[in-house]
Amino acid sequence: MNQSRSFDLTKKPRPGESIIQSLLFLAGVLSIFTTLAIVYELGKEAWLFFGNPDVTFAKFFGTTTWQPGIGHFGIWPLVTSTLITSLIAMFVSLPLGLSAAIYLSEYASPRARSALKPVLEILAGIPTVVYGYFALLFMTPLLQSIFGEKVEVYNMASAGIVMGIMILPLISSMSEDALSAVPRVLREGAYAMGATKFETSVQIVLPAALSGIGAAFIIGISRAVGETMIVAIAAGSGPNFTFNPFKAAETMTGHIARISGGDLSYNSIDYNSLFAIALMLFLVTLVLNLVSQWVVNRFRERYE
Amino acid sequence: MQNNQTPEYAIETKDLSIHYGSFVAVSNVNIKVERLKITAIIGPSGCGKSTLLRAFNRMNDFVPSSHVTGEILLHGQNLYGKNVDPVQVRRKIGMVFQKPNPFPKSIYENISWGAKINGFKGNMDDLVEQSLRSAALWDEVKDKLKKSAYELSGGQQQRLCIARTIAIQPDIILMDEPASALDPISTLRIEELMQELKKNYTIIIVTHNMQQAARVSDYTAMMMIDDKRSGGVIEFDDTKKIFTRPKDKRTEDYVTGRFG
Repeated sequence: MNQSRSFDLTKKPRPGESIIQSLLFLAGVLSIFTTLAIVYELGKEAWLFFGNPDVTFAKFFGTTTWQPGIGHFGIWPLVTSTLITSLIAMFVSLPLGLSAAIYLSEYASPRARSALKPVLEILAGIPTVVYGYFALLFMTPLLQSIFGEKVEVYNMASAGIVMGIMILPLISSMSEDALSAVPRVLREGAYAMGATKFETSVQIVLPAALSGIGAAFIIGISRAVGETMIVAIAAGSGPNFTFNPFKAAETMTGHIARISGGDLSYNSIDYNSLFAIALMLFLVTLVLNLVSQWVVNRFRERYE
Repeated sequence: MQNNQTPEYAIETKDLSIHYGSFVAVSNVNIKVERLKITAIIGPSGCGKSTLLRAFNRMNDFVPSSHVTGEILLHGQNLYGKNVDPVQVRRKIGMVFQKPNPFPKSIYENISWGAKINGFKGNMDDLVEQSLRSAALWDEVKDKLKKSAYELSGGQQQRLCIARTIAIQPDIILMDEPASALDPISTLRIEELMQELKKNYTIIIVTHNMQQAARVSDYTAMMMIDDKRSGGVIEFDDTKKIFTRPKDKRTEDYVTGRFG
């Protein structure tokens, strides 16, 4: 063996490495920059709206009619309908999605799982415009046949339910990932104590997977709040301050879509109001995110 | 059903074989495990020690292709009989695993959960204290019962797992290499604890550490694979005999460290 073999420990230039690093960095910066740019643009235009002498915060948050053209600036009818449709969507998608996830992760045989997962993923691939007409032409008549005349042709309930169906695959597939990530030894520990499958799934696996399920919930509710096509088609056009889900009421997104599709002159009060609504939408999503995150951190059970 | 079973045996196997699909993982085991003693199962890796242990509380049921032939008798009842509920079996035969696996709940809830799902109606605080005392853990955790079990050290976590098993009052405790993930001092504490526990419980322990088997157990089952790669018990006797005057040449080679 060659005892006097020399080792070269000097630095080697690796141009590829630094190019890749800068490209990755740029990709990260780009997404942050885009977000900031959107917030800036929203804020700038909304500023013009709030700068209008007719608009006050007291009117914006204190009244319940939204008709900027004739001087009514109460944001609440748009906010409540957005919250009601989103809430209905979550009431549909969370229990169903979570149950499907528990079934897929804890109960289903490998064969059942490989048959069911693609079907759920097809649901996720349906265009929202199709969902919109599904709500209008199938869900609304169905609700009318159950609850009768009080269900209007355009209503928040059918839009919300169908939105829930749209979000379902997202909730179930993200929750299933979270449940499957819980170590097998925890399940074994529970079974070895004489726990049934149901006790193990619900009392041991589910709490341990709560952070992932919470993330699914947050993304789900953000999708619901931001969803436009379904509510634009099925929930009604025209702001309406009501808490009755069977009545028609326009959501923030639906309103923006309808008004911006019309003939708007730049810097008119209607035009500027859209940015105020969008900013409000942004805030609602942000608050819902923060609240859900807090809830998840409060109740999750951390395993290492 | 037999009524003439001698009471000093906690559990016994009759021609027990464990299959994975067409593969026979463990074949023809006939052992009688004495009550309130520690029985060790030793043998080289892959000889079916854990598989055999997991047959005692039907944990192998979770492996889809597995099935069992022969019998495991607990007080004369075959654990693999037609009307036997595996959940009930596991309430009678507890298990401690290789890696500590406390639930991601508080120390208190780790003990109380098993009792709760088993329909315990008594004073939970007392049960928790008593179980932790029996597992020699009470003094270390009595001031932080509401803290997460994951704040404990590995050795403490393993004793917590023993405590939660004791809390459901099983007849038999199975231990699958309970100290293999622990440092020597924690290992010693677990071994001392086993000597305490054997006053009230029958213990079956799988270990790949022969010194440990020699130190803690009263009886030892030596397992080895045959030419078809099926594991089997080649010798089952007093631990002293197994380690000093084994009958089987392969046992002697193994315990004297000539291979494995």
